[in-house]
Amino acid sequence: MKASKLSLLALSVSLAMILSFVESQIPAMVAIPGVKVGLANIVVVFALYKLGWKEAVVISLTRVFLVGLLFGNGISILYSITGASVSFAAMVLLKQAKVFSTMAVSVAGGVLHNLGQIAMACVIMGTDVLRYYAPFLILSGTLAGIAIGVLAAIMIRRIDLKA
Amino acid sequence: MKKRFWDALLIGGCLLLAAVLFLVSHLGREAGAGVIVRVDGEEVARYSLYDNGTYPLNGGTNTLVIENGQAWLSHADCPDELCVKQGKVRADGQVITCLPNKLTVTVYGGEKNDVDLIS
Repeated sequence: MKASKLSLLALSVSLAMILSFVESQIPAMVAIPGVKVGLANIVVVFALYKLGWKEAVVISLTRVFLVGLLFGNGISILYSITGASVSFAAMVLLKQAKVFSTMAVSVAGGVLHNLGQIAMACVIMGTDVLRYYAPFLILSGTLAGIAIGVLAAIMIRRIDLKA
Repeated sequence: MKKRFWDALLIGGCLLLAAVLFLVSHLGREAGAGVIVRVDGEEVARYSLYDNGTYPLNGGTNTLVIENGQAWLSHADCPDELCVKQGKVRADGQVITCLPNKLTVTVYGGEKNDVDLIS
């Protein structure tokens, strides 16, 4: 791996970690577990389009793991890994389809992230009553996905990595 | 901009799915009879929504208050107290969740059966 690429990946991970931290300092806006904007995903969506899916996987998983170690715990890493993996798989598939904009790809990521987390929460909590939150989390995932998608699209358009 | 169509389809589909799931779980919902407290997936307690009182749950990690058919958590030992912010529940199927303590409070039962008998 070239040094320039390694630095770029490291920089992306750092940026994603900072965004995670910033978001963790914002008090929950809605009293539903799991509702958040997911600012760090701006970096993941950007990387998916500008660096390639393998690079984006590395950034996403490294970010989840490091943020979990620094600010979370084993359980929170489990939630994040599930959400991040399901979300990432959905985004890669939709991007491959080539008929969706960045925003729609990001929406799919947001919604699937939340559904993955509910599924994991049901497993961890040992009860399926959490399905009660599904409609709220699909809605919040859609809105968060739109916001992240719009921001990522601006970055994709404005930042030229070859410069 | 052919992408617009597929984008609209996907985003519209997500919103529609949320709306349908919301309606399915909220339509015809009755006032509940009581709440079931589960910790780690195991039912640990059941309280009638008409027995007013304050109940410490899970060895005191959370406090449940029941008053006139409504239930809410008034205290939690975690920093964000998200379960407290979730407010009051009273309808069949509603849930309050405390993820850190693996605790859920679910409203059960309703007067559906009685209504069916009358109608």
